[in-house]
Amino acid sequence: MHGRPRKASKPEEEAASAAKAVKLRSLQSQFMTNHHDKIYTKEAIELSTKLLEINPEAYTAWNYRKLAVEDTLSRIESDPNLVNSIFDEELRVVENALRQNFKSYGAWHHRKWVLSKGHSSIGNELKLLDKFQRLDSRNFHAWNYRRFVVELTKRSEQDELQYTDDMINNNFSNYSAWHNRSVLLSSLLAQNADGFMPNEKIPDEYDFVHSAIFTDPDDQSGWFYHLWLLDQTLNVETPLLTSAWPSHGSTIILSGAGCLNSSSSKFTTFCSESGSFPLILYSDQAVGGVSSSTVTIDSELKGNEDLVWEPISNKNSQVSCVWVTHLKYVSSDPCEYKVKIRVGNSPGIISSRGYNFSAPYEFVFTAHVHDTVEDSQEGIVSWTDGFDIWDAKSKDLKSLVTLDRLEAEIDFEWRQEAIDSEVECFGILADSKIGKLTLARLLMAREVMVSDDAVKGVRYEEILQLYNELMALDSSHYQYYKDEHSVAFLHKVTSSSESLSRHLFRYRGMNNLVCLRLNNLSLSRIASVKKLLFVQMLDLSHNELHSTEGLEAMQLLCCLNLSHNRIRSFSALDSLRHVKQLKVLDVSHNHIGKHSVDTTRYLCSSPLSNSEWSQDGVGRQNPGLVTKYWDAYFVLRDLNLKQLDIAGNEISGDEFSSFVLQVVPKLVWLDGQKLGN
Amino acid sequence: MIDIPPYPPLDPSNYDLIIVGTGVSESVLAAAASSSGSSVLHLDPNPFYGSHFASLSLPDLTSFLHSNSFSSPPPPSSPPLPPSNNHDFISVDLVNRSLYSSVEISSFESEILEEHSRRFNVDLCGPRVVFCADESINLMLKSGANNYVEFKSIDASFVGDSSGELRNVPDSRAAIFKDKSLTLLEKNQLMKFFKLVQSHLASSTENDDTTTVKISEEDMESPFVDFLTKMRLPPKIKSIILYAIAMLDYDQDNMETCRHLLKTKEGIDRMALYIISMGRFSNALGALIYPIYGQGELPQAFCRRAAVKGCIYVLRMPITALLLDKETGGYKGVRLASGQEIFSQKLILDPCVTVGLESLSSLTDQQNETLSVLVPKALINKEKVSRGICVIRGSVKADVSNALIVYPPKSLFPEQLTAIRVMQLGSGLAVCPADMHVLYLSTLCDNDDQGIKSLLSAMSNLIRLPDPENHQSDSVVENDTCEAKPILLWRALYVQELVKGEYGGTISSMPSPDGNLNYNEIVESALKLYEQLMGSEELFKEETSVENTTEENDGGVDIED
Repeated sequence: MHGRPRKASKPEEEAASAAKAVKLRSLQSQFMTNHHDKIYTKEAIELSTKLLEINPEAYTAWNYRKLAVEDTLSRIESDPNLVNSIFDEELRVVENALRQNFKSYGAWHHRKWVLSKGHSSIGNELKLLDKFQRLDSRNFHAWNYRRFVVELTKRSEQDELQYTDDMINNNFSNYSAWHNRSVLLSSLLAQNADGFMPNEKIPDEYDFVHSAIFTDPDDQSGWFYHLWLLDQTLNVETPLLTSAWPSHGSTIILSGAGCLNSSSSKFTTFCSESGSFPLILYSDQAVGGVSSSTVTIDSELKGNEDLVWEPISNKNSQVSCVWVTHLKYVSSDPCEYKVKIRVGNSPGIISSRGYNFSAPYEFVFTAHVHDTVEDSQEGIVSWTDGFDIWDAKSKDLKSLVTLDRLEAEIDFEWRQEAIDSEVECFGILADSKIGKLTLARLLMAREVMVSDDAVKGVRYEEILQLYNELMALDSSHYQYYKDEHSVAFLHKVTSSSESLSRHLFRYRGMNNLVCLRLNNLSLSRIASVKKLLFVQMLDLSHNELHSTEGLEAMQLLCCLNLSHNRIRSFSALDSLRHVKQLKVLDVSHNHIGKHSVDTTRYLCSSPLSNSEWSQDGVGRQNPGLVTKYWDAYFVLRDLNLKQLDIAGNEISGDEFSSFVLQVVPKLVWLDGQKLGN
Repeated sequence: MIDIPPYPPLDPSNYDLIIVGTGVSESVLAAAASSSGSSVLHLDPNPFYGSHFASLSLPDLTSFLHSNSFSSPPPPSSPPLPPSNNHDFISVDLVNRSLYSSVEISSFESEILEEHSRRFNVDLCGPRVVFCADESINLMLKSGANNYVEFKSIDASFVGDSSGELRNVPDSRAAIFKDKSLTLLEKNQLMKFFKLVQSHLASSTENDDTTTVKISEEDMESPFVDFLTKMRLPPKIKSIILYAIAMLDYDQDNMETCRHLLKTKEGIDRMALYIISMGRFSNALGALIYPIYGQGELPQAFCRRAAVKGCIYVLRMPITALLLDKETGGYKGVRLASGQEIFSQKLILDPCVTVGLESLSSLTDQQNETLSVLVPKALINKEKVSRGICVIRGSVKADVSNALIVYPPKSLFPEQLTAIRVMQLGSGLAVCPADMHVLYLSTLCDNDDQGIKSLLSAMSNLIRLPDPENHQSDSVVENDTCEAKPILLWRALYVQELVKGEYGGTISSMPSPDGNLNYNEIVESALKLYEQLMGSEELFKEETSVENTTEENDGGVDIED
C-alpha cells in the first residue's frame, strides 16, 4: 500500500476510466434530481447505492442516504425487524464502498453514523476491521474507526494494547499502530490501571521501541513514539512553581525614583516612581487561577490587601507560566519589612491540562524601603562603559536567584533513571542525524532533571557539539538546530552561579543595576528566563535573535540592548509590551522595515484600520502614519521608554522619528540625541 | 530380496532413453526428456518411488538401509548367465554398490511404533527442505509437477549450542525486531548488513549504480567470513549468517579443516536465496517449505509428470546386466531381472549401479571405455554425510512443530568440525502420528565415528535417551532439565557415501543425495546432464503456466507464479 511508484496508465485503462466517467455523470445527474426533489423511493435509493458503489467519495450521496433512512424510519418506526433490515442494508452499502476504496472518508463516516443509531450489532465490526487492517495495516481510517468501535463495545484498553503489540510485531513501520499505542497508554497511565504505573510501564515501553529504532534507524515511526515517551518522562502532570522573584531568603532595597547614596549595596535595588514592585511567580507549565485567594501574602506593607494577579501571556489568555502582581510601598517611610508568601494553600491553581497545583510552597524575603537621596537624572544609558565586574566569589547571586527547581515531592527517581539509560543507549546511534538529535534532546532532558551539583552541567559541551554537527550536516533544518543550540547554551550559562556570574555586571549609572551581558554569542532564541528574573539590564547585542519572546517574564528589566540582531519588525518585540519597567531600548542595526507586511494583499490595510486607534490622540492626528507603522505603534504605545535607538534599520528616518515622538512623548534620547522639549 | 512376480514382457523393447532409479535427479530427467518427446523407460528395483530420496514407513526404511549397507551380506546373485553368444552382444553383469555404512537402528517402544507403523513417512536423506526461491521450485512450476505436491511452511529456525538453549534465527526485519536475545547494537548491525545485501542485490538487478550501495569487486572475491568481519559483525551474528542463513557446513574460521571456504560472492548469493525466499509466496511463513507426506513426494511428482508425457514406469525391476556391441564395444541395452532384453540409445543409472571388477578384466579396451562411468573409483575426497532419524514424543521446542535447528561448528564440542543441521517435522506434514515428531539430523564427516559422534551429541542436547542405566544414574540431578525434553522412541543412525554423478556419453551415472539442506545442487546436476544429453533443447517449454489451479488449503503453501 505504501512506497509503490505510480505507473502511467495504459490507453485501455484510460478508455475504461472515460467510460466510467460517462456512466457516473448520468448516474450523478439522476441522483441529484432525486436528492433535490426529496424522492426516497426504493428505486431512488437503489440509484444512490449504484452511485456509491462506483464512487464512494460522493459525499452528497451519503448524506442523501442518511435523509432517506430517517425518512423511512419516520414511517415504519414501529417494526423493529424492518428498522434493523434498513440499517443492515446501509452497512452492506458501506462495506461494498470500502471494498472499492477503503480510504473513503464518507463511507467510514456513514458507517459510524449507522452504528451510532444503535440498531445494528457491533459484533462483526472488529472482524471486518481485521480484514481491512490486514490489507493495509497503516490505514488510519480503519484505526480511527477501530477506536470508535472499541468504545462502543467496551473492549478493554489492555486488549487493544495487545492488538497494537501484534501489529507492531508484524511490521513495526506502522505509525497508526504506534499512535494508537500512545493513545491507549496515556489513558491507562492516567487511570493508574493495574500494571500501568508510569515508573514501571514507561521503561518497558522504552525497551520495546528501542528494538524498532535500532533494527531500522531509517524508519521514522519508532522515533516518533520515542519522542512521545520522552515527553511522558519529562512531563509531570501537576504544575510546579519553578522560580519566583524576589526569591526565598533574599533582601531587596526599594526606593522611589532616583539614586541612592549607598551605591555599593550588594542587594538588588528597585526604584519606582509609582511606589510598587513586582512579585513574579514562574511555574513549569501554564496555570490559571492565581489570585489573592490562592496566593496569600503576609507583610506589614500597607495597601496590599486586594492584590490583582496578572498572567503574562501574549495570547491574552487567562493561563500563563508567569504571573505578576505589584506590591505597594511608601518610599518616604524607610523601614525593613518581612514578606511571606504562600502559594497554593487553597485549591484553585490549575494547569491548562486540568491538573491541580498540589505542592504548596512558602517563601520569605526582606524588603528594605529606603528614602531617595538625590533627584533622578535623565542621563543617557551607555552600553559601553560604567560596568563593574561581578565578584564571582561573593555569595550575592545565591540571594538573587533560586537556581534549582523548588523542592517538590514528585517521583523523580525513575524519570532520571529512564533518561540516564536512554542516554547510554543512544550513544551507539549517534552517527545518524536523528541519532544525534535524540541524544542531544536526551542530554538536555538529563540536565534539566539532575539536581546533584556534582554532575550538573557536565554534558552541555556535548550537547552544543551535537547541535554544531547537526547544523553542518543538515542545512535544511539549520534554524531549528541553531535555536536548540541557543537554548542549550543559555541553559549552560544559567546552570551554575559560577558560569552565570561570568556574564554579570553592575551598572554604576543607575543604582548598581544588575546587568547580564549575553552579547556576541550568536544566540537565535532566548531561554532559561526563569533563572534570570532578577536581571534589570540585559545586553543581547550582536546575536541572531528574531524575536524577544520569553523576555516578558523579566518584569524588572529596564534596559535592553537588542542592537545588531535579526529583528524584522516591531511585531517581533511584542512581548516587551508586558515589561512595564522598560525605559531604555536599543534595536539599532536590525532588519526592521526590510520585510514589511504586504498590506495590499489584505482587505484592511492594517490591523488597526477600524479599531481602537481612532479613539487615540495620535491616531486622530495622524492616521496615515499609524496605518503605515501600525506594528511600531502597537508596541511603542504600551512602553514607557526614555531612550530608544533605532538607527541602522530600514524603517528609520525622519518620518519614523517624528512618528516615534508622537507615540512616545516622554522619550528623552532618540538615537543618542537628546530631544529638546 | 524382493520376490519379483512375473512381469509380462515390455513392449516396445526399444527406447531413446532408459533411466534406472527414481531419485530426484533421475525423475527430473525423466520428466524433462519425456516432455521433449523422447521415449523413456524409467525403472526402479524398489517397490516404491524415490530411491535414496524416498519417504518410507519405519519397517521399509529399516530394510532398505540394511539391504543397501556394507555390513549386510551381498544379495544372493543368481549365477552369472553365460554370455549370450547367440546375439551380437556381450553382456556385462552389474553389481550393487552400498551407499550406507554404520547403520544402527534401535527401537525403544516397539509396541506403540508397530501400532502406528504405517502412519510414518520417514525420509531417507533428511534433513532436507525447499527454499521458496529454489531452482527446484522454479522447475516444478515450469514442468507442472507442482500440481502433484502440497507444501507447508517450516515454522521457525533456531541456532543451538551446548547449553541446550535454542535461539531464534533473526532472518527478517520483523524477526530482528522481535528477537529478545540480540542486543540493540547487534540488531542494528544485523539489519544494516541485511540492507547492504539487499541494496547490493537491487543494484545488480536494476543496473542503477548511482543511488544504491554496492559491495566492491575486491570484497566479492574475498572470503565471506572476512567480509563479515570487515563489516564489524560480532561473532554471534557471523555464526548465524554463515551457518543458519547461508547454511554452510565447514568451520569458516578454521583454515585447516575447512574444505569449502565460501567467497563473499557465493555468500551473497546464498543470502539472496534466503531473502528472496522469505517473500516469495504470500502464504508461506518464512523461507523454507516442506512437502506434505514427506520429501519422497518430490521425485514422485516429476515421475507423474513424465508418465503424463508418455514415460513408461516399471517398479521392482532391477537390471542385471548391460548389453554391449561385440564389435564396437558400444552400449546397446540392458537385461532386466525378468530376463527381457531392452535396447536404448542412452542409459542413465542410479549411483548404486556399478560393474564388478572381476567382469572388467575380460573386456576389451573399447568396452571398458563405454563402461568407464560405472567403475567405482578410489575416492580422493573421503567426505561422507552422517544422518540420523529420531522419532520422539513431544517437541524440542514448545509451541513449535516444524523447525530447523542449526548447531554451528564448535557449538556443541570443541572438536566439532562441521555444522550439524536438525529438522523437526510434525504430524501436520503427515509424516508421523499426532503427538510425535520426527527429527532428522545430518552433518558432513570424514569417517563414520566422527559423524556418529556429532549426531549423538546433538541428539543428547535435544532429547532424552531412554537408556535405563543413564536414567538411574542422573535421574535426581537432571530431572528438571530432562523433564522438558522430548523422549526418544526410535532411532536410526547411518553414514552415507557421497557419490558424484558422471556423464559418459551413452551411459551416465547420477549422483547420490548430497549433504546440503536443499535440492539445488542435485537439480543443477540433473539439468546439466539434460543439456549434455539433449543439446540446447529448451526445458519443459510447453508446460509453462498450464494447469495452474489456485487452491486455498489450510496452512498449506501454494506455489504459484
